[in-house]
Amino acid sequence: MAFGNTMRHIPATRPVVFHARLIIGVLLLLVVAIALPFVASGYLVFQLTLTLVYAIAILGLNMLTGYSGQISLGHGAFYAIGAYTTAILMTRFGVDYWWTIPIAGLTCLIVGFLFGLPALRLEGLYLALATFALAAATPQILKHNGISAWTGGVQGIVIIKPDPPHGLPVNADQWLYLFTLAITIAMFVLAWNLLRGRIGRAMIAIRDHPTAAAAMGVDISLFKSLMFGVSALYTGIAGSLGAIAVQFVSPDAFNILLSISLLLGVVVGGLGSIPGVIFGALFIEFVPDFAGQVSKAAPWAVYGLLLIACMYVAPSGMAGLARQTLASIRKAGRAWPLA
Amino acid sequence: MNGLLHQVFSGLATGGIYASLALALVMIYRATELVNFAQGEMAMFSTYLAWSMINAGLPYWPAFLLTIGVSFLAAAVIQLAIIRPLANAPILASVIVFIGLLLVFNSIAGWIFSYTIKTFPSPFPSEPLWANSYISTHEVGAIGVTLALLAILFAFFRWTELGLTMRAAAENPVSSRLVGIRVARMVALGWGLAAALGAVAGMMVAPIIFLDPNMMSGVLLYAFAAALLGGIDNPWGAVLGGFSLGIVENLLGAYLIGTELKMTVALAIIVLVLVVKPSGVFGRTVLTRV
Amino acid sequence: MTLLLEASDLRAFYGSAEVLHQLAFSVGEGTITALLGANGAGKTTTLRAICGLVRSSGEVRFAGTPIGGRATEDIVRLGIAHVPEGRGTFLSFTVEENLQLGAHVRRDKSQRRSDVDRLYGYFPILAERRRQQAGTLSGGEQQMLALSRALMSRPRLLLLDEPSLGLAPIVVQEIFRIMRRINAEEGMSILLVEQNVNLALGLSDHAYLLETGRLALSGPSKELRKHEAVRRSYLGY
Repeated sequence: MAFGNTMRHIPATRPVVFHARLIIGVLLLLVVAIALPFVASGYLVFQLTLTLVYAIAILGLNMLTGYSGQISLGHGAFYAIGAYTTAILMTRFGVDYWWTIPIAGLTCLIVGFLFGLPALRLEGLYLALATFALAAATPQILKHNGISAWTGGVQGIVIIKPDPPHGLPVNADQWLYLFTLAITIAMFVLAWNLLRGRIGRAMIAIRDHPTAAAAMGVDISLFKSLMFGVSALYTGIAGSLGAIAVQFVSPDAFNILLSISLLLGVVVGGLGSIPGVIFGALFIEFVPDFAGQVSKAAPWAVYGLLLIACMYVAPSGMAGLARQTLASIRKAGRAWPLA
Repeated sequence: MNGLLHQVFSGLATGGIYASLALALVMIYRATELVNFAQGEMAMFSTYLAWSMINAGLPYWPAFLLTIGVSFLAAAVIQLAIIRPLANAPILASVIVFIGLLLVFNSIAGWIFSYTIKTFPSPFPSEPLWANSYISTHEVGAIGVTLALLAILFAFFRWTELGLTMRAAAENPVSSRLVGIRVARMVALGWGLAAALGAVAGMMVAPIIFLDPNMMSGVLLYAFAAALLGGIDNPWGAVLGGFSLGIVENLLGAYLIGTELKMTVALAIIVLVLVVKPSGVFGRTVLTRV
Repeated sequence: MTLLLEASDLRAFYGSAEVLHQLAFSVGEGTITALLGANGAGKTTTLRAICGLVRSSGEVRFAGTPIGGRATEDIVRLGIAHVPEGRGTFLSFTVEENLQLGAHVRRDKSQRRSDVDRLYGYFPILAERRRQQAGTLSGGEQQMLALSRALMSRPRLLLLDEPSLGLAPIVVQEIFRIMRRINAEEGMSILLVEQNVNLALGLSDHAYLLETGRLALSGPSKELRKHEAVRRSYLGY
């Protein structure tokens, strides 16, 4: 069943002119990001590391939902696969932590692609249902006795925090942050390239006019499955890094709420917006704590209300709001000499 | 043989509950082309309302009816106030709002009623009928209530003017407007009925699986699977799917895979249906003109 | 003659594109008015704009009451019935149920039975098929059903969108004959959109010609029939 235009109000990729201002802005941001772990407390550094982890996951989901228009409520499953891959490789096979990351990514790429092949024949709501089921079933699968020798069953697996490389003047937390930051930057650059090029255009074509895209020779189902795989890869890498940061994996940490949080991050940041991803990641890392402060007893209710409010107040997320504000500022600026 | 019959019968009982919830999902889908992801949590909250009333001293059946009434009204209001304004927005917006509702209901239930598991009374006597060993009286009662409810709904939709109007609004909103039907009201009514169904499902299943804020998540997943299996736009399919899945779940759990993988089974069924025949066993295959 | 429907400065929009530009037209009480034009001229859009099915601006008055911006179901309740393009039949419902739905706005349900019988009188084939699913009817029968459904609400104004489309000439003749009869006997006003200019000019008292969203010509049908441009472009001689 076709749902036609499931996504609207998402900007097509605009050609980016390399303003000097843009470059300076990005560089400044980088400088701040690198300096952060040295001025912040240990716990804050940990939270920031997790923010970066979520940013990668949200970026992956955004590529799927924002650009391809496929709703996934199940990306927590891929996060879990990435996390458990790292945990198992590190504890059962003694693999060094940095090797586990590409392996986790590759595993998720394959699993994502395979799941996508049949699943992506479905549109909108059906896909949401299937992925919802995937997310709901994930903790149960992880707890299953059959594989608990590997997964540690209900108790999960503990990971030892890796030491910083010998000689660098950073502690373990700071090193982990910088390591994660490097990977985050790499993943963002990769995504940026993917989306600006042929692939990005093909995705937008598929999202907006699947019939026309097919008529022009884009192999839709293969492409969609590939995109699913790539977004799973991103989320898997995020899960991998997340496991290392948290130093623990257990089945109940990867329940439906994780998938919901990731989707929320995409929506709050803004569908199809790469800068919005950062905002989305900050949101889902820090707002639950905030929500917990607003209401100790029912933090998720506050979360849920924020979700609903977001759809009303800022349906295009932070990125949309920012765009609108910039547009009105520009308009006001243009009118100023006449005022 | 003893065990098999017992599994089949109690499967019918839980199946009736899946059928009710699946029917609720199908009703909303037919009217709005949206699946209410929060249906399970709403049903759970209704059950808690009933529990509070009974705890406060109200006898069972008045509490039962009052809960249905309150759930009906609340759902209609939610539809008009929160869901309807997003009718022209992308589907994702509605999905997000459903998820938000899911979180709100779940969390508030936990907050008000705490997460400790509670017992929920059954209106039926605890001695098994005719001292049989296959099925408890509550399970018989649950099947009876489910069937009665389904019969009432069928009669309502088939033979009353309002039922006809609601069906028309669901099938063809534009033509309905053109004959003066207030489609928005009909959709709100549909939501109310779905919530009433959910409330009954919750009150029937709570004595079996005990009352806690997370009790409906597994039920909801099976209801989804049942609705999909029967054809997401087909009410008969949903009912049939629900009963069948109840039996299948019990048999699989007892004889094949144990009880820990119930969600996984639901997932497998959902994926299987979506891959092999997305329109479900009885659904209409919709051909879209290109 | 009182004007039952008046439109001035009517514009309609699909998304941000303006497709009707400053239309002004009217339908006199008790008359049959035709809206003519080629494919894509905006005839269907005009009917939809009157009923509030498409975003529009400008003034539309029905029996003196402004109806612009109101919801479709409210406009219909004022006494307008619209048989849309494609007929809008409730396909999985029976013929009888379709008629029942048509009478939704009527308060006096008691009259309903006699109205149904009256319509069965006009279209006996519908009586034969009264318990059949509407989707199984032929094109002509569905058109008769759509017309009957509209008439069940006893409208003051009937909007008809391309009633002749896809129908055999003999069926079209029958439908037009009934329309003439209803107009004569009950004084129902009709706004008729038709691509078949010959038929439309034969049935109507007054006609408007639309070209790409604009009014190109208007006048009594008898005169339009003789008009040079109409003859050349639409009547073929």
